[in-house]
Amino acid sequence: MVGIRRGVVGKASYSLFALARNALSYHEDWREAWRSPEPKKHYKVIIVGGGGHGLATAYYLARVHGIRDIAVLEKGWIGGGNTGRNTTIIRSGYLWDESIALYEHALKLWETMSQELNFNVMFSQRGVINLSHSVHEMREMRRRYEAVRLNGVDIEMLSPSEIKKMVPIINIDPNIRYPVMGGILQRRAGTARHDAVAWGYARGADDMGVDIIQNCEVTGFRRKADGAIEGVETNRGFIGADKVGCVPAGHSAVLAEMAGFKLPIQARPLQAMVSEPVKPCIDTVVMSNAVHMYISQSDKGELVLGAGTDSYNSYAQRGSFNIAEHLMAATVELYPITSRLRMLRSWGGIVDTCPDASPILSKTPVPGLYFNCGWGTGGFKATPGSGHVFADLIANDRPNAIAAPFALDRFRTGYLVDEHGAAGVAH
Amino acid sequence: MTGMNSPHQTNRITGTHVKGGGRVDRSRPVSFTFDGTSFSGFEGDTLASALLANDVHLIGRSFKYHRPRGLLGLGSEEPNALIQLARGNRTEPNTRATQIELFDGLVAQSQNRWPCLKFDVGAVNQLFHKLFPAGFYYKTFMWPASFWMAYEHVIRHAAGLGKAPEGPDPDRYERMHAHCDILVAGGGPSGLAAALAAARTGARVILADESTEFGGSLLSEDDVEIDGLPAADWVAQVVAELRSMPEVTLLTRSTVNGYYDHNYLTIAERVTDHIGAVVPNVPRQRIWKVRAKRVVLATGTIERPLVFRDNDRPGVMLSSAVRGYAVRYGVLAGQRPLIVTSNDDGYRTALAMHDRGARIACIVDLRTEPDGALVDAARSRGIEIHAGHSLVGSLGRGRVQGAEIARMTGDGTGLNGAVRRVDCDLIAMAGGFNPTVHLFSQSRGKLTWDPERFIFVPGTNHEPQVSVGGCNGDFTVAQAIKDGLQKGVEMAREAGFTGRKPAAPEVSEPKSTAERTLWLLPSTRPVGHKGKHFVDFQNDVTAADLKLATREGYRSIEHVKRYTTTGMATDQGKTSNVNALAIVSETLGVDVTQVGTTTFRPPYTPTTIGAYGGRDIGALFDPVRTTAMDGWHRENGATFEHVGQWMRAWYYPKKGETLRQAVDRECLAARTGVGLLDASTLGKIDVHGPDAAEFLNRIYSNAWLKLGIGRCRYGLMLKDDGMVMDDGVTTRIAEDRFHMTTTTGGAAGVLAWMEEHLQTEWPELKVHLTSVTEQWAVASIVGPKSRDVLAKLNDLDLSNDAFPFMSMREGTVAGIPARVYRISFTGDLAFEVNVPRRYGRALWEAVMAAGAEFDITPYGTEAMHVLRAERGFIIVGQDTDGSVTPSDLGMDWIVSKTKPDFIGKRGMARPDLQDPHRKQLVGLLTEDPNEVLPEGAHVVADLKPQPPMVMLGHVTSSYYSPNVGRSIALAVIKGGHGRHGQTLSVPLVGRSLKVTVCEPVFFDKDGSRKDG
Repeated sequence: MVGIRRGVVGKASYSLFALARNALSYHEDWREAWRSPEPKKHYKVIIVGGGGHGLATAYYLARVHGIRDIAVLEKGWIGGGNTGRNTTIIRSGYLWDESIALYEHALKLWETMSQELNFNVMFSQRGVINLSHSVHEMREMRRRYEAVRLNGVDIEMLSPSEIKKMVPIINIDPNIRYPVMGGILQRRAGTARHDAVAWGYARGADDMGVDIIQNCEVTGFRRKADGAIEGVETNRGFIGADKVGCVPAGHSAVLAEMAGFKLPIQARPLQAMVSEPVKPCIDTVVMSNAVHMYISQSDKGELVLGAGTDSYNSYAQRGSFNIAEHLMAATVELYPITSRLRMLRSWGGIVDTCPDASPILSKTPVPGLYFNCGWGTGGFKATPGSGHVFADLIANDRPNAIAAPFALDRFRTGYLVDEHGAAGVAH
Repeated sequence: MTGMNSPHQTNRITGTHVKGGGRVDRSRPVSFTFDGTSFSGFEGDTLASALLANDVHLIGRSFKYHRPRGLLGLGSEEPNALIQLARGNRTEPNTRATQIELFDGLVAQSQNRWPCLKFDVGAVNQLFHKLFPAGFYYKTFMWPASFWMAYEHVIRHAAGLGKAPEGPDPDRYERMHAHCDILVAGGGPSGLAAALAAARTGARVILADESTEFGGSLLSEDDVEIDGLPAADWVAQVVAELRSMPEVTLLTRSTVNGYYDHNYLTIAERVTDHIGAVVPNVPRQRIWKVRAKRVVLATGTIERPLVFRDNDRPGVMLSSAVRGYAVRYGVLAGQRPLIVTSNDDGYRTALAMHDRGARIACIVDLRTEPDGALVDAARSRGIEIHAGHSLVGSLGRGRVQGAEIARMTGDGTGLNGAVRRVDCDLIAMAGGFNPTVHLFSQSRGKLTWDPERFIFVPGTNHEPQVSVGGCNGDFTVAQAIKDGLQKGVEMAREAGFTGRKPAAPEVSEPKSTAERTLWLLPSTRPVGHKGKHFVDFQNDVTAADLKLATREGYRSIEHVKRYTTTGMATDQGKTSNVNALAIVSETLGVDVTQVGTTTFRPPYTPTTIGAYGGRDIGALFDPVRTTAMDGWHRENGATFEHVGQWMRAWYYPKKGETLRQAVDRECLAARTGVGLLDASTLGKIDVHGPDAAEFLNRIYSNAWLKLGIGRCRYGLMLKDDGMVMDDGVTTRIAEDRFHMTTTTGGAAGVLAWMEEHLQTEWPELKVHLTSVTEQWAVASIVGPKSRDVLAKLNDLDLSNDAFPFMSMREGTVAGIPARVYRISFTGDLAFEVNVPRRYGRALWEAVMAAGAEFDITPYGTEAMHVLRAERGFIIVGQDTDGSVTPSDLGMDWIVSKTKPDFIGKRGMARPDLQDPHRKQLVGLLTEDPNEVLPEGAHVVADLKPQPPMVMLGHVTSSYYSPNVGRSIALAVIKGGHGRHGQTLSVPLVGRSLKVTVCEPVFFDKDGSRKDG
């Protein structure tokens, strides 16, 4: 029986008190946040992909479903994919009931995550505003506002002057190329410290006995005579498993191909960038579809800027310069004071996008093999909800009510959840 | 100021010790202020050199502990000396003092301190530093849960560096495209040599350097001679030759900052920053976007700091920087310097300082038995050398006042002797050099770790390029020049030029012997127990922090970096990355290559956001598309709406009219008399080729093969999934030519969609697609009297028999060659007159004149929307959203049952698309005929007092219809086709409305009005 280590070793819990006590020993007695074990020969469940979603899945499998014989296999370092490359925006104001249910489930988990994990993920409910710049967008915004409101989720409509009050640096001059005509605000929405989410879940899962194995790349799937999953081939040898859950953002189509089926997914670069840090000048997250940019300011003071995806498919984790150029022009256009600030760093991630811009949380044609992928540009905000629901799917071998609409089967039946409009950035 | 006697500058080298005097112009004194105090410097100074000249070492405060900080470096690697430059809307935070060129009246301020630099309240953090190890914030601030926003507020205000301007930027920026054969990044010895060799072959060369003048490290050396000339004179000679060549572009103050795919590079040029004034018609900064056939990377090296206790005190500097300030700027950074070195290069600094009048405190050499010419030269000058010693730590308050040194154990991990105090006012650290491989790495080149020399050097390259000189690991001037000449010619040859390698010049420079690399200098107590051993100065990351991270399981260098924030400051780890990597690998006891390198990403140095935006802001942010009749609309008081990039006339209010009044008037006129709509913005695509009909047959859901010449047909375009994507009327102009129209917003997407299918799915079809949206101006004459108006301008037979509905005739209208289409978006008789764009306004005015006797009424997009809704015509993108099938719209009639295939056929066959409970298009009528439903409102069957409630669908279009005499609405609701007659609710905030479901046609239900 694997015990909860933290309960046994009193020093390991995080708190101001623990910091003070460890200061006396020069912080030399902190234990590792997670172990780096050698893989065992067999696990009950293997999670392929050590990003936020995969680690959360392992955490909830152990915590909610009592399954502790789990390995998370990560080909590089945990949190090194899109978990560590996104712009950290969290919100649940989507368009369709199915999406609102999923992202709101996640948002509720975000609200208690730091305490649940005993790891400060700095979930900051500073509010997210979505802007409208045309009569058409105002109509669509009203539709989304009503959809979110009637689902019982918090949402408000803002006039340009109300937006200006919250975001003093925004330009609401009605004569600019795409004037701000209004916006919707979700106050419970916000940002979090992305790396901390991966580390927090890793530490929590490790505490319950989950093996987190980095630098372990899955190269194939082995199936039994009856077709069910038997385990995975890796660069560190074969590892057997009763069930395998794949959470390989950015490479889901590649893994599915290995397992012998196809996913309706396109992989494209999505880039983001940060400015040099400055004293606080914008407290809210603001997104604009028409102008193709979104902005927030990190606790460190960097302006975090995001753009649309590149228009071609690629696995290179870098975006095109013209997208970056456009993003920065858009930033100056909407926030003129940013012109003299400097862009410090830009990077790219690969987003796996489904035809309906909604994710896949599903059983697959291979018994015992499950896929969680296709989050497009919206994966980070879903992290806890995705892990929670996917753990349930793996444990019970059937989707719960939240996961059911996101089954792979929908591309066959046509029951799509088309979120292109609400997904935040243009696909 | 010129001509005025310059006030005394304490550290400026004067008198007999002036050896060339540096490259500043002492005849041109310049005055500036720092934190409100006036100082003087000379033209040619940087803010950094001028502050040093005035003995100002305290320049900033660190990010986390608010420790006092001074200059570390000489150029863009500077982590500490960040300045808030200028005032008002031209203020600029986080500017490196080392790159600010001095001009008269320059205003500089320190940042991240309160109330002032000397007495910074934030320094209280130092008292609690023991509670603030790396990542402390992940371990606390969690209780009570609701307090995080309060904690965060404090953290946010404590963080940040400088301040953003408060108003818009008054300056202009520009972007520039260039092509060249050879781009040389960096104008030091190797870059100059490469540029010269390439240019002599006739190749088009761009040479860019981030500094104010070419020469790189050569400007900071006084012990190098090339072909018998002082190094700086050789530089001048080469630059003069390059300047004389017409195909060479020389860019100074220009940082090659981004390296993208296919040798596409960006250069950030600072055009006027050094003048401090606005120059008419010249941008402040310029981004060059260069496509180069070949690239020569000659980006040089950056010196490594040594990691010892309290190595961050003002007065602890890089040795090469100390030498640079002395030789290049004529400034002694200290009068009594101590040099701590792992190599011979530190001796060059000692000699340069000594020869300029400084009293060298001593040289602390990590090596046990240093020897060679440089060491001898130091000895011969009587400079004290402590071999095999460690610099245990720095001493002083706010400034270096001394150092502790002690003999090391043989392996360099501990001390083996008493600690001695040495008085000094400057510590110059010579820790060896790192090749500047950032651009190479950005271009996806693979780095190789040289375990002998402890440096990363370029390995396999990904782009057609070459690295030369320091950035390639060649640290001597002779080798850099020789290699530069060789590679310059090679690259030119690869770019298609012929030429010979110029003879390499004779170089005289000091010879260096082996160095001894120690990543962490031993001190009296273990790391982290006393004092701080800084690795990343700006982010306050210490060696103890790195060790803590590895202890806690953050072992990949990416984890270490993210956990400790090392390398993530505005200098992007230029001086800290390799030290951090090495300390981590040493701590873990693994090879450096196993820890990994972090990826270098653009830009090399932070670059102004406004410069990247260039002129694509304001009116030029996105092109505004207007129709040929736009001027008329403006002159006649139209109000406009944005439709994609287009500006369309929304409605034409007469004096005092509201939107509703104007639209009512326009709608009535179009049904009872005649209206005129500018329909020019509709997408228009010329579909041409022998397979044009077959192509349309596959693209549209209905049949196209048998459409007669001169006949029009309405078509729906579906996506693969069977959902409506676009619609429009397409007309057969000739056997092999069709004129397609699309929605205004969908035009570009439809063209791309069709091109994609032609090129990837059906390459066998012979079809050309050409956008002709801008080629035609379109005036729709609409209403029962439209025929009478057109008859006055045209000699065609306009009778229903001769010119039936859904056909096209070519002729002239008002003397203008025209295509007239009898199609209608209102249901009433209508003629859509298409003329070449340049006649658009003439046509419009002619129609208005001819219609005057019928009281012709121009109407805008709002009335157009109402009129089409009255008749139940959909607008794709408003009544559909990518999840609506033709069947959902009640348009099964437009889906061919007999065609073998078309896009969307297979998708439509899926079970969910056959489900009778799908959302379907219906009409909605409110109880109160004057109540207009908000578009976007949702419809429920089971109204609850509070959300949540189950929604059936939403209102897509909603208007007051003067022709029907009440409000009308279109909606998509679940099972809508079976709900006609039902009463449902629309919940709004604070109230709800009852609605009756009906057929989505409100006017002319039998469609009899189309013939007039």
